[in-house]
Amino acid sequence: MPTEHLIEATYLIATALFILSLKWLGSPTTARRGVFAGEIGMLLAVGGTLMYQGIVEYKWIAIALVLGSIIGVPLGKVAMTAVPQRTALSHAFGALCVTLVGTAEYYLRAPDVPPFMMGVLSMEVILGSLTFTGSLMAAGKLQEILPQRPITYKGQNVVNLGLLALAVVVAAALVRHPEKMQLFPVIVGIPLVFGVMMIIPIGGADMPTVISLLNSYAGLSAAAMGFVLQSKLLIIAGALDGASGFILSVNMSKAMNRSFTNVLFGAFGQEQASGAGLGSAQARSVRSATPEEAAAILAAANKVVIVPGYGMAVAQAQHKVRELYDALTKRGIDVRFGIHPVAGRMPGHMNVLLAEADIPYDKLLDMDEINCEFPQTDVALIIGANDVTNPAARSDHASPIFGMPILDVDKARTVMVIKRSMGAGFAGIENPLYYLDKTLMLFGDAKNFAGAIVRELAGGRE
Amino acid sequence: MKLDLLTSLYVFMLAAFIGFEVIRRVSPLLHTPLMSLTNALDAIAVVGAIILAGESHEHRALLAKVLGTIAIVAATSNIVGGFLITDRMLRMFKASGPRKQ
Repeated sequence: MPTEHLIEATYLIATALFILSLKWLGSPTTARRGVFAGEIGMLLAVGGTLMYQGIVEYKWIAIALVLGSIIGVPLGKVAMTAVPQRTALSHAFGALCVTLVGTAEYYLRAPDVPPFMMGVLSMEVILGSLTFTGSLMAAGKLQEILPQRPITYKGQNVVNLGLLALAVVVAAALVRHPEKMQLFPVIVGIPLVFGVMMIIPIGGADMPTVISLLNSYAGLSAAAMGFVLQSKLLIIAGALDGASGFILSVNMSKAMNRSFTNVLFGAFGQEQASGAGLGSAQARSVRSATPEEAAAILAAANKVVIVPGYGMAVAQAQHKVRELYDALTKRGIDVRFGIHPVAGRMPGHMNVLLAEADIPYDKLLDMDEINCEFPQTDVALIIGANDVTNPAARSDHASPIFGMPILDVDKARTVMVIKRSMGAGFAGIENPLYYLDKTLMLFGDAKNFAGAIVRELAGGRE
Repeated sequence: MKLDLLTSLYVFMLAAFIGFEVIRRVSPLLHTPLMSLTNALDAIAVVGAIILAGESHEHRALLAKVLGTIAIVAATSNIVGGFLITDRMLRMFKASGPRKQ
């Protein structure tokens, strides 16, 4: 008996520590304390569980804990550019754990499973298995093992929704007849297929929303597992994770002015770069500039805002951007970064890359903070971002991205865009920003071009 | 300690509200570490896997042991990897004050 109370005590403390952990993560000054609190909570809960008297054999548990740690260490040490795919992979692992436990619980309990229990168990394995394959697919796309382009076919949404509906119907049948054990593999198998099908039509720029949504599913499936095992600790941890993923998904959809259903079933952007857009691109002229000219304009500025996008990550340009930041700040120029919520491949992606390059976090401002600054900005320098700076989103009702909140770079006195070519962005939408009189196109690789500007600034006159 | 259905639902609802309130306050600056931290915390599912793998079962004991063991491996890698990478990321976030002067 006393051991049981002790275990409950560790769970209670762990729960409190988990909530504090997320609270402390709220600000960069206390965030590391948050991680520490989470670690202590986790140690307590796992230690408490190991004292549980029902455990008769420790050998496999020990082997699994060691093996898991061996796999976990390299996953904790991946390069910062690989964080989005690592995150997707960890959603897959979490979902795998939940699905396997749910499956075993069903076969241990069948045929006598009360309806409510069967209901949450179905939810656990359906959410778990679709998150498992969905996250693996997302990780594959982010790692570029799989093609990043969305793949669509006729009737795709009907097929996908049909699959999901079928899984729900079979689950309902199991709730009524839990003894029909031949049905159980169906509610694991169909969501596994659905997870794959769900990610096939999703393109790279939608990844921030999709990763957040998968995060939410992983949390909810863990909470469902808590209902099955009647564990308050697990229900709470799952609810916290589910809430976090949900908030992030809502933020990301808002930042793209799209609904969840639109992200999951919309698959826009693969064929829109058609005739009309390209024709007018050739007709209109753009102004381009050399690194020397760009450096001269930057050196004469008082306020510069750098807008990074996924292209900066692809070109691995963040360290060169830091050198540029240093060179400009040394001249007394106020340099800040404007970060769109969906810049990159996951929420907060740009912040992590720039922080790794040693740029102080108080210089990294989000869209709402930076947008009022653009009218007073001398130069807005865009590195590898496109659609999030497209003024058509504000003014052109016909544009597919109309209504999407953007960074108002066109309000700065001069706009400079480092870009490989005049090719359209992810959404295949032309960007009128490039044809403005105040815009200078800096054609080239982001890393090389930033490096060239830095050299000019170092060699040039004060 | 046994929980009934209704208590479980109350616990879930209250935890979801706390989650919304706490996470709403997390700066967008830290959204990537937020996701990796919640992922590590979510791997608390390992406690269910440990019990599944360690308990004695009258029938289907092998199934429980095998699935439980794989589940522990998956969850532990998330715990270790998740906390490690979150801390690594957070160590990189520095304010500009001390760096300038």
